[in-house]
Parts: sequence; structure tokens; C-alpha cells
Amino acid sequence: MNAAIESDEALLERFQCAAFNYFLEHCNAANGLIADTSRAGAPASIAVVGFALACYPVAVERGWMARAQAAARTLATLRFFWRSEQSEESTATGYQGFYYHFLDMQSGRRVWQSELSLIDSTLLLAGMLTASVYFNAATAVEEEVRELAAALYTRVHWQWAQGGGATVRQGWKPESGFFHYGWEGYSEATMLYVLGLASPTYPLSPASYGAWTATYQWENIYDCEYLYAGPLFIHQFSHAWIDFAGIRDEFMREKDSDYFQNSCRATYMQREFAQRNPHDFKGYGAQCWGLSANDGPGVRTVIIDKTERRFFGYAARGIPYGPDDGTLAPCAALASLPFAPQIVLPALRALCERYPDITQSSRLPGAFNPTLPGDGPQGWVSDGYFGLDQGIIVLMIENHRSRLIWNLMRRCPHMVTGLRRAGFSGGWLDLR
Amino acid sequence: MAPDRFRVHAGQPADEAALRDSARPPAWRNPEPAGTYDFVILGAGPAGLLAARGAATLGRKVALIERNLLGGNCLNVGCVPSKALISSTRLYARMREAQVLGVPRPEHIRIDVADGMQRIRHLQARLGRADSALRLREHGVDVYFGAARFAGPTQVTVAGAVLRFKKALIATGSRPMTPEIPGLIEAGYWTNENVFDLNAVPPRLLVIGGGPLGCELAQAFCRLGSQVIIAQDDPMFLAGEERDAAQILSDALARDGLEIHLNTQVVAVRRQGEQKVVDLVSDDSKTQVVVDEILAGIGRAPNVADMDLEAARVEYDATAGVHVNDFLQTTNPRIYAAGDVCLERKFTHMADATARIVLRNALLRGRRRLSALTVPWCTYTDPEIAHVGLYVREAREQAIPVKTFTVLMHDVDRAVTDGDEDGFLKIHVKDGSDEILGATIVARHAGEMINELSLAITEGIGLGQLGRVIHAYPTQADAIKMAADAYYRARLKDAGGYK
Repeated sequence: MNAAIESDEALLERFQCAAFNYFLEHCNAANGLIADTSRAGAPASIAVVGFALACYPVAVERGWMARAQAAARTLATLRFFWRSEQSEESTATGYQGFYYHFLDMQSGRRVWQSELSLIDSTLLLAGMLTASVYFNAATAVEEEVRELAAALYTRVHWQWAQGGGATVRQGWKPESGFFHYGWEGYSEATMLYVLGLASPTYPLSPASYGAWTATYQWENIYDCEYLYAGPLFIHQFSHAWIDFAGIRDEFMREKDSDYFQNSCRATYMQREFAQRNPHDFKGYGAQCWGLSANDGPGVRTVIIDKTERRFFGYAARGIPYGPDDGTLAPCAALASLPFAPQIVLPALRALCERYPDITQSSRLPGAFNPTLPGDGPQGWVSDGYFGLDQGIIVLMIENHRSRLIWNLMRRCPHMVTGLRRAGFSGGWLDLR
Repeated sequence: MAPDRFRVHAGQPADEAALRDSARPPAWRNPEPAGTYDFVILGAGPAGLLAARGAATLGRKVALIERNLLGGNCLNVGCVPSKALISSTRLYARMREAQVLGVPRPEHIRIDVADGMQRIRHLQARLGRADSALRLREHGVDVYFGAARFAGPTQVTVAGAVLRFKKALIATGSRPMTPEIPGLIEAGYWTNENVFDLNAVPPRLLVIGGGPLGCELAQAFCRLGSQVIIAQDDPMFLAGEERDAAQILSDALARDGLEIHLNTQVVAVRRQGEQKVVDLVSDDSKTQVVVDEILAGIGRAPNVADMDLEAARVEYDATAGVHVNDFLQTTNPRIYAAGDVCLERKFTHMADATARIVLRNALLRGRRRLSALTVPWCTYTDPEIAHVGLYVREAREQAIPVKTFTVLMHDVDRAVTDGDEDGFLKIHVKDGSDEILGATIVARHAGEMINELSLAITEGIGLGQLGRVIHAYPTQADAIKMAADAYYRARLKDAGGYK
């Protein structure tokens, strides 16, 4: 395809559909689990499953999947999680209603000694709740979807996840207990608190959200004021489900802003950083930007053009403090589409023009690094594809095109309750 | 018996002798106490020395008692030797990265640890002259060497003599804390109290603790050629410090070649021949490392033992040290404390500042308060990390709205020309005003830069006013002016006069 002559709508449809197909190609239809990456032997990631569950309604609406097929796949997923083992056993699927980050694709049991991940469980639950709102027909399948989603959500023991502290812990392992650190600074955890506060069974303490937001930093950087977080995905993940435009919590009321506007600014900041390009990396510029949490070339030091360059593996890259090793996240840039289409669409077109090898399949790789020589101007390219990248692309393109997910979640009572308990008001919340 | 410091060395005898003659002259004879002293000071570190000189200047009859060496930790085993070592190691690092400045990297960089250590001893001898026992005596201070013990609320004994006092100051400092790790003591380990006596670096070194001391010495030894592993039980270095600062430090240490183990506990040590085998645990993951030496830098504990503080009715505990009120008075109102022995923040400049408060309050009927101090501090890694005032989370906990003006060092011309682009300046102001609440600087010379902001906070100078101060160009401190400029631009924007 020639992106230069393609309409915006056609271009977005092409990349969105290709991203969605990841979930069809890397799914175990029997239990609904989706592989973390397209690499051979990759386990399932519960967060990717959450994205997949939210993507099925998009696929139905876009005509890529029949509703019955989407509902059946959703039901298979929910049944698996409902029936899977919840216990302190080290090979269980979850505990206290949460789930281990990585599961075996076939058995659904914990692998890699992964942590019971609170944020990844949140993304999974967000997908389940999306399904429960979308599949609203009076059919046996869709009714069971709704019942199971409600049951799975209400059995989550959010209070336990505080571990006796003021805020939520990041994870837990049967071998060693809670991680002894929590969330500090603005992050993708907003939705975790929203869903946790809304629980009708084991809600987070009302003060927990305030304790977390007390760690926020409102910064003026490069003459732009925003709630700082370095990696781009932080400004996107909760936003895939929640329409933050016009609604404000106490922090944003104090700053006369909202989280949607904040993500707009964060997106422009990413472009600003790439234009300044303090470390002189290849490719960076007004139409090529985006540092986020993603794959990398691996830990190594290479002399390139007489300059010693250090590269990293999978890492949360961010601006402006780094780490920055010249690795760009094209999926993260595209996922900022709802916030800043004026700069995201030109960036996507520039990507297609400059780096056809990584865009011709219409599915974007997790990362590339033009500074580290490879087979073409794109330099090093991440092997295969990451489910999280594809999921956020599908949802954010859809929110830009039709606001589907945002509109669905406005109808999710738990999401609305959680926002209110977190102190959000104004905008669409007041119209309900 | 001579203190340990003088028994393990291989340096130039002249420097050793000079330092010894300053810090504890071998032939020294304690004076005969005559009458009641106006002021008796226990401990001749930075706080004790400053207080002794100050009291003598005020014409008071003053006695200064030191158990070990004049100068305390700072001169003998702390700031002076560590900063001297860091200066040497920075040069080695600079040579290795010479190409950044367009200079060919030297073909062979020969590291001579013995020379570096000898330089340290020479500097100690030189700096120790200022507060030598003889000079103190000439200044009117009665200097006693020996272990001081209280014999009641108004008297102290030392080396068989009884000293009566009207007022007293406890300034006995602190000592390295010993990590409670099975096998560590048996295997042997270093602290800052003996690490500067080396004349060669170990091939493999484990540093326990990622606080200021651990990070500084880990980086220094790495730059001297040791293969350094650093284990920190928190998920980031410099617990409590700005998260982005700790991240930049972590990156810098990794770039130097340190093997970093965050969120990791050292659970056991055992000797295996000449080597030390160390078990590390991070959550559920267990690893084992083999090293030649171990350096513990997990913090300092107050020196409160063996002084019979109970006899003086001075309350204390082993963790917080001597209990003081905001005027630095102990539970015996005649007795004050200053410096590490009573402070959470164990810095030389805090010892200095609190000794000044005590002089004022104890001898001049002052009412100076500890809580009124604005305290900067700096970790002397490369880049340095300096802070003053409130952190954002502290301000927000006090319901103070905060806005942070950030300048990246890669935008500061002098930092760019110097190849010192790693780091940032963050100035936290009360939102809606230019009142500076606090600041963090990560830069090669952050310790020098923080003082301007410390002055501003102390004197109530706002960020806007700092913007009216002409800063020499090009300097790295120009970052402060740039933050002030950003403040003005933001104000104009808010007022609608700037787009």
C-alpha cells in the first residue's frame, strides 16, 4: 500500500486491522489466552488477554469478526479464568482474585515464576468489564459473559493488595510475599485505583488514591507544564478505557487541567524531546518520536561513528530523563492518536515512507533503533510483535475513530463509581 | 596505645607524623583542671571543634575532650579522604571518556592506588593543621585526650581528672553501622573507617548499601579498577531521594561498569580460602557472588555508649542517639548535643550548624531552633546529587500545591561544552507564587550549585528574584537562571500575555 495516497481513514483501518489480527493469530481458542509476543514458546500475558477482550467488540463493529464468534471467544476466556485455580500454590493461575503476569498458553498455570501482577490483572479486568457492557444481548452466551465478568470482578480482594499500606503494592509472589515497594509518581495505575475503589466487595481504602496522587509531580519542562511521567505508555493505558476529557480529580482541579489534556501535552513533549535529540540519535525528529516501555537491542556497548553507545534490552524508556538509547516505539507513538492526531498521523505517514521494511505488513514492531546498524535505514528491529503494542493500537485508533471503548466504559457502573470515589467530577460524569 | 589509624599504613612517614602531631600528639599531656569550666565539650569532630573555638573566642573557659583523634570522622575517615579519593577517580574516568571532549583517550592509563592514598594522607595532614591540638591550646582551649564519662549532672571524668562544668556539649559523632548478616564479621569487611588505609584495590569488591556512602565508594573503586557489585535492599539508590535522580545515578553506575543489585538483600557471607562467598536474595531469586573484599556502607549509628549518660540524666537510645529538643538541649538542660550524635541527617555541615546553635543557646541565652535550619546535602557520585528543602511529596503531604520548574543539563550551554549533560535541575515552588520550597540538582557540580538555592530558601528569595540576578555565562549554575526564566514565561502564559 502507498500510505502517501491513502486517506487517513484507510490508513488507520489498515494498521488497526493488522494489529487486531495478532489476537487471532496468537490465541489459544480453547481458553482464550493470548501470547505475550509472537515469538516461539511465548507464554500468555494476562494484560494482553485484557486488551484482546476489549478489542473483540471493536472487531465486531468493524466487521472483522462475527458477534457470535467474538462472544464465544470472550466466554471461553472468562470461563477459563473463573475455573482456574486461585490459591497460594506456586503454579496456580491466580490468588485473591488477581492473576499471575504470565501463564502457560495451554494449561493456564503460572510460568516464569512471574509475579501476581496487580496492574496486569487490572488490564485483564478492564477487558472483562468492557465485554460485560458490550455483550448486552439476551442470549445465553452473552448473559453468561455478563455474569462471569461480574463474578470475576467482585471476587478480587483489592484491600489485600494494599498489604497493610496506604497505597497498592506492585505485586506479590508465593515464594516471597508482597514486593516491598508500591506505586510512586504518576503511572498507568489510575485504572487500578478506579476499579479497586469501586469494588462492591473488597474496595481499596478511600484514602489510597490520595496517598498515591500525593507522589505526583507537576513539572514545567521545555516550557510545557504537565503531570510528568517519562514513558509514553503511562499516558495511554488507563486512557484506552477511560475518557478523561473534561473530568477532573482533586489534583487536576488544582492544576486546572485534566488527564486527557495531560496526555496531549505528554505527546507533544515526546516530539519536542525528539527534536532536541540531546544524545544525537539517528532518526529522531518532528515526525519520528516516541519513547516508551519496549523491547531493545539488548545490553551492549557499541562504538558507532566514534561515539560509544550503550543499548538496553526491554526497558521503560522515557523522556526527558531517559533511559534513552535511540530505541523508538512506533506503537506508542501511534497509540497517542486520540490525544494529538495533528502530529501522530504525520508521524505514521513518515514512518511508512522512511521505513517501509517495518511498515509494509501494516503491523508495527515493538521497537526499532536506526542508530544501531541493521538491514536498512530502520537499523535494529525488535523480533516479532508484542501483544500489548497491538492491543493499545487497536483501542486507541478506535477511540479516535468512533470513541467506542470510551462510550462503552461510560456505561460501566463500576468504572463510574470508581471515578467518583477517586474524586473525579465534571464533564460527562456530571451528565449521568 | 596509638589509635588504629596510625598502625596500618605504608605512606610517607612525614605525612603520618604530621597528622599524628596535629590530631593526637604522642607527647601530649592533658592539662590540670582548675575550677569549673564554663563549657565542656565531649568530642572533637566538626561540631566539637567549632564549639570549642567559638566558646574560647567568647572568652569562656572551655575544655575539649577527644577519645581518639582531633578532627573526627570528617577529617580522618569521612569527607576529606573520600572526596580526595573521588577527585582522583574522576580524573581516571575523565581520561577514559576523553573522546567526548575531542581528546584522544590515553593509550595506557596507569592506576596507582598507593599514590592516591598517599595524597589523601598528605591532605589530611595539611587540613588537620588548622585544628591541631597545639593551635587549640594557643586559642585558649584545654584539650584532653581520653575517654570521657559523666560522673553526675555537672561533671565529667577523663583520664583520671574530674572536670566540673556549667554547660556541656555532647558531640561524640557516629560510627559505621554493622550489617546484621550471618558470617560477615567472621569473613571480615571494611567500612569507611579502614578503607582509606589501602594501598591496592581488591579485584572484586561487594558494596553493601546503596546510600550516599555506598554509592560514592562503589563508583570510586570501580573507577580504580575493581570489579564492583553493589547490593541495595531498596528498589532504588539513595532511598528517599528524587526518583529521577536515583534513576540517573543508577544509569551512571551501570555505565561505569558496576554490577547493580537493587531490591536485594545480603543474607549470608562465608570465607572460602582467600575469597568471600556471598548469598544475595531478591524477592524469590537467590544468587551467589564471590568477591575478595566487602565494604559495608549502610549508614551510621550515634556514639552514645561508654559515656555514662545516665549519670548526667541525659536520655538517649542507640538508634536516634541523644534526645534533644528544638533548641538542642538534652533532658539535662545544662547539657546540649550537636552533630551526628543527635541528628538524623549526619552531615559535617549539620554538625557545624548545630554547634553554632548550641553556642548561641548555651552561652549567649539564645533561642535558636534546629527546625529553622535550611539544610542542603549532596551525594558526591558522578554526577552529584544535591537537594535542599522540601521534596514534592513532603510538600503535598502538607497540602502545599507544588509546581516544579525543570531544566535539563543537556540544555545548559556550559554543561554541553563540558560534556556534562547528564542531569537536571528541579526547583519546586509553591504553585501560584515564586516561593521556593525545595530543589534537587543532578549534575557534575551539583554540590556547588545547590548553595544558591539554599541561600534563596534561607533568605526568602523567590525564583522570580533569582531571575533578576545576573549569572555569569557560561556556567552550569546558569541552569538556575534558566529555571527562573521559565517561571517568568509561565507567568506570562498564565496571564495570557504570551503564547
